[in-house]
Order: sequence, then C-alpha cells, then structure tokens
Amino acid sequence: MRHLYTWGAILVMSLASVVGDVLLARAMKQVGDVHALLRRSGLWIVIGRVLSNPNFFLGVTAMAAAFFSLLFALSWGDVSLIAPAAASLTFIGNALAAKIFLHEKVDSRRWIAAMLVATGVALLAG
Amino acid sequence: MGHAGTLYWLYVTFRKYLVLAGVAVFAATGDPMLSYGMKQTGTVSLHHLSSLFAAVLNPWVAVGIVLLLAFFASYMNALSWADLTYVLPATSISYVLLALIARFALHEQVSWRRWLGIALISGGVGIVAGGPARTERAQARNEHLEYPPFAKNAKDGAPSASYEVEL
Repeated sequence: MRHLYTWGAILVMSLASVVGDVLLARAMKQVGDVHALLRRSGLWIVIGRVLSNPNFFLGVTAMAAAFFSLLFALSWGDVSLIAPAAASLTFIGNALAAKIFLHEKVDSRRWIAAMLVATGVALLAG
Repeated sequence: MGHAGTLYWLYVTFRKYLVLAGVAVFAATGDPMLSYGMKQTGTVSLHHLSSLFAAVLNPWVAVGIVLLLAFFASYMNALSWADLTYVLPATSISYVLLALIARFALHEQVSWRRWLGIALISGGVGIVAGGPARTERAQARNEHLEYPPFAKNAKDGAPSASYEVEL
C-alpha cells in the first residue's frame, strides 16, 4: 500500500512537472536570453519581464503542485527512489511535450538519451 | 574570430557550464535536505493537511526550500538560452550527486540495481550535453552549427541572436 502511494505521488508529480516545465520553458523563450537582456536593460527589467509573463505564473502553479506531491512522496519513501524516478518520467514526458508544444528538434541523440533514461527508471523500480 | 572573440567565446562557454552546474548542484542538495526534514516531522497524512504546513517550519525543510529556490533561478536562466530537452539531460549529473548524498549523508540503502539505473540515466542523458543547446531557432554563436540558422521566429519578441559580440 505504501508502494502504491509512493508511485501514485511520483506519477502525479511527473505529470505536474511536465506541464510546469513546458510552460516555464515557453515563458523563458518568450523573455529571451537573460544574460543579453541583463547587459542591455538591468536586473529589474529582467525580473519584471519574467514576472509579467502569464506562462510563467501557470508554470509556477504546476510546479507548486509537483512540489507538494514531492513532500507527500518523501514522507512515504526514499529520496534515492523518488527523486530520480519522478525526474526520469518527467524527462521522457518532457521530450514528447517539448517536441509537440515547443517545436524543439528532438534528434536521435536526444531520443537515445530518453530510452536510456527509461531503462534506468525500470531499474530504479526494482 | 580574433583574440578578443576567442576570449568572449571562452567566457560564454564557462558561463554556460557554470549555470548548468548550478542547476545540478542546487537540485541535488535541495531534495535530500527536504527528505531529512520530512523524516523528522513524520508521515504527512491526507487527513491532516495542516501537518504539511508545520513541516515547512522545520529548519532542514526551510534550507531545502531555499536551495530549491536557487535551483529555480538557475533553471530559469538556463531555459532562457537553451532548449528544455537540452537543459534537463545536461543537468542529469544531479542524480549521481543525489545517490551519493542519499548513501553517505542520509545512510539510505542504495542497491546495485538502483546504482545501475542511476548510472544509465546519467550516462544516457549526459551525451546530450555536448550537442546544440538550442534547436528551434537560430543557433547562438557559441554552438555547433548542426542546424542552419533561420529567422522564422524573429517576430516572437525574443532576440534570436543572443550573443551579439560587443567587443
């Protein structure tokens, strides 16, 4: 039962993380390279641009949901299982979501990485 | 590329890996702190949600949250100049750090299967770090030009040529 709870929390956490990651990545792509922006306009402009981006707020909300499922999961299981398992599932979900929603070119190198990660996740579950 | 150009390239490359290292280290140190704190506060039950807020008052949980905020800042920084499918694998070294911390600081049992899984994850995703950081619009000047630069998204509002050399 404890395992079921732990894996349930891991799944919820992964889903929320994928949604959050994609929204945050979209927000930061809209903001643009912060180093260039920092040199041109200064710190407050950068912070203002990030905070006024609606995708950023939606992303943070999803990340907060992921964070609270992490707290639940951590009180039920080991961190060396939960953190890599959730992060790896998130990674695979992100590869798909980034291709579909962010139009990133997920090349063979990145797909091979995703498959190795999937194998790693299977081993973590054992 | 002249002497100044080479120096600038070195600076940008160093900064790139510094930001990625920051993401990895803050991610790997934040979670164990939370784990340690949560083990002290005990099991959080769905019927006693208030215990979740009490947990935030635990100093280990509080430090863990500060580290995760530092992670968040460097993560946002990285996402502003790199793909999501680049940043996540490139910072995967955090899994190795995490396993070492769990084994030696938290004294959790890490089986050989889990070690192998962690090795596969970090090895597999590590190969991505050497590739291009950005694929969906014009490549930054310090990247391998595996994809031809194109100005399709120039009207997005985001500056696509991020590394204009000002020297």
